[in-house]
Amino acid sequence: MIPDEYLQTFVIECNELLEEMEAALLIVEQAADDPEIINAIFRAAHTIKGSAGIFGLDPIVAFTHATETILDRVRSGEILMTSALAALLIDAHDYLRLLIQQVAEGSFSLSEIDDQGVNLIARLEAEKPSDPVPVVYQSKLEREEHDVVGTDHWHISLRFGTEVFRNGMDPFSFLHCLVTVGTIVELVTLVEAVPVAEDMDPESCYLGFEISFSSNANKLAIESIFNFVSSDCAIHILPPHSKTSEYQQLILDLPEQDMRLGEILVKCGTLTPNELEKILYLQAKQRDELAQPIGVALVESQLVSSPVIVAALEKQQQIKDHKKTEASLIRVDAEKLDELINLVGELIIAGAGTSLIARRAKMADLVESTETLSRLVEEVRDSALALRMVQIGGTFNRFQRVVRDVSKELGKDVELLISGGETELDKTVVEKIADPLTHLVRNSMDHGIEAAELRLARGKPAKGTLKLNAYHDAGSIVIEVIDDGGGLDKGKILNKAIERGLVSENANLSDKDIYNLIFEAGFSTADNVSNLSGRGVGMDVVRRNIQDLRGTVDLDSIPGQGSIVRIRLPLTLAIIDGFMVGVGNAIYVIPLDRVVECVELKAWSSDQNDGHYLSLRGEVLPYRRLRDHFATEGDRVQRENIVVVRYGEYKAGLVVDKLMGEFQTVIKPLGQLFNGEKSIGGFTILGSGEVALIVDVPGLMSQVEQERT
Amino acid sequence: MKKKQQAQRIVITGELTIYTVRELKDTLLDGLLLTEDLELDLSKVGEIDAAGLQLLVMIKQEAAVAGKVLRFTGHSPVVVELLDFSGLAGFFGDPLLMICPFTAEGKSS
Repeated sequence: MIPDEYLQTFVIECNELLEEMEAALLIVEQAADDPEIINAIFRAAHTIKGSAGIFGLDPIVAFTHATETILDRVRSGEILMTSALAALLIDAHDYLRLLIQQVAEGSFSLSEIDDQGVNLIARLEAEKPSDPVPVVYQSKLEREEHDVVGTDHWHISLRFGTEVFRNGMDPFSFLHCLVTVGTIVELVTLVEAVPVAEDMDPESCYLGFEISFSSNANKLAIESIFNFVSSDCAIHILPPHSKTSEYQQLILDLPEQDMRLGEILVKCGTLTPNELEKILYLQAKQRDELAQPIGVALVESQLVSSPVIVAALEKQQQIKDHKKTEASLIRVDAEKLDELINLVGELIIAGAGTSLIARRAKMADLVESTETLSRLVEEVRDSALALRMVQIGGTFNRFQRVVRDVSKELGKDVELLISGGETELDKTVVEKIADPLTHLVRNSMDHGIEAAELRLARGKPAKGTLKLNAYHDAGSIVIEVIDDGGGLDKGKILNKAIERGLVSENANLSDKDIYNLIFEAGFSTADNVSNLSGRGVGMDVVRRNIQDLRGTVDLDSIPGQGSIVRIRLPLTLAIIDGFMVGVGNAIYVIPLDRVVECVELKAWSSDQNDGHYLSLRGEVLPYRRLRDHFATEGDRVQRENIVVVRYGEYKAGLVVDKLMGEFQTVIKPLGQLFNGEKSIGGFTILGSGEVALIVDVPGLMSQVEQERT
Repeated sequence: MKKKQQAQRIVITGELTIYTVRELKDTLLDGLLLTEDLELDLSKVGEIDAAGLQLLVMIKQEAAVAGKVLRFTGHSPVVVELLDFSGLAGFFGDPLLMICPFTAEGKSS
């Protein structure tokens, strides 16, 4: 069994690589035949293959190998990268992602590739080289003087693909060709892969060959023999006196059992039994000590001299270093970060307590010192919070794929433009915004952007444009989804809203009010319900999701020119600007962004017997005494105040005893015990050490509504 | 072991190649099903390729799994040549005349 933590790292790494791969594939599909990008795709596939090999996830190895092979051929210019090929590779990428997902869930079947994989491999292998050049696995010709095997012969390993016969080729004809450039010293035909009768397709090739070959020809001449079959055959060619490690690699690379292969190599005269024993011993040892680098094993048994290993390790390190600078990131457990932020929160609270005591003690130098301290603590808090900040670009880039898929599905040509990808926001927010954003993007493409003919008729380019934009604005982040489609049909929305009873017929609504009706529950104006949107669920869910993040969403539209959805989110969920109020002996914190204004209760309310409504400048405002709601004890005060809060489209008043001003609040979650309590969103600890509850305004209001009905 | 039925004999005539393996596969498997002791006469094989060779491998393995006897007899020159070239003569284990047209150095099979 593979230790979980390694597997987890493997899954994370693979997912990152797959993301890179997808991004690169999407660029390639668009046009660019940039070798760098193709290299990036190749590297991703190659690295996944390598890591999967370490974990013995053979189906992934087999599949990535097929992918890698085709990419290698693209790289060497044998095959042209067409958009059809890119689409095929995207399918391959999706399949790989599925496999990795299975690995992550532990449902991965180690035994063999499923039908989908086989099918994809067949499609990949079916890609014919436009100008055949041999694909030969690298085996370096330069080699060290020491630790080479004794044989004077080349060693050739061939594993023919299943399609070889059907492509009209006979493996033996290639082998006969070999005789033209040298002498076959020994040839072993591998029939292990021939399946049992019922599974065997007699027209598929299952054969492999190990050949010890004596020749003065150069590698290229030997390779060129296999030109015509290179697409259907895994070819390994090792020159005479290759390094032991190259044979070790060969044994690793080939599909057969190590022991069996070793015997074949000995039989071919390529390795002496002694050399084989060493390699197999090392191999077994390696498997036992997965963590031990191959190099160490080799040196320990003095099979490879240290200088060689040092050189190889340096090379590896260089590659690793390079990888690091590419991303220059450290992977940190999210929990550790949370813990840090939690501690910083405690630090702030403790610091505030100290300042309070210092001020009370009236010691000037102590006050001064605590002020320096609290300034530093604030800086620490800011950088701790910044640790959780991630760029939204990664999330945005995922939409390239969404847009591509949806374009295909809808038959619309839509281009996605991304700006402001470097805008940072809290990781939790980024994770949670992806779903609503997907919905908005799909919606814009489905309903917003018109079909090409209509676009042309309206004098717009046939290709639709969808923009994702993000920027910081006054302590929050704004994300915009902009399309240049037909805009929203005001009349239709209004009719539908009236039909659904969402607004009254003679309601006086601004354009913007009407547009924003689509965020109401159970609203859809699509004439045709498509697979993507128009089922009437969605926009209200989007709004709810965003509100859960303490954000807002609104929509604006210009008929015929497009629409824009603007999401406004707080930068972080861990710290909010709070508004402190006192009720009896208790202190509550109301999120400042909910607060509209504060007024004195008596000034507006003529009803002293605790009614439910008051008239605020002619507007009906429902209100609620927090003292009653939370059953707070303590003396009543003469002059009660109302804090007018806003939630969604509504306003309400919360009656409190004292207004205590703004306060930077570190939100601490409540224990499980309070799960049922909707009107409290969390708590915080004040500088004095007192606990203050944070009022969850929408939660409180829904609770009030429930009580009344 | 059960009482053996009479040994059956199948003669493969002409091509044992990619063009014929599909039907030959059925013929051979059916033949093997009917008997405990099958003899495949290869003396009339005029042409054999890798697909044909692979088919022989399959039927040999199938017989071994079923615990039946399968003998290849009368190998025609092309068969001998291929068996020798592929180094599979030992795998089949049937007596055949050894000729070594492709190897310069000695063989141990």
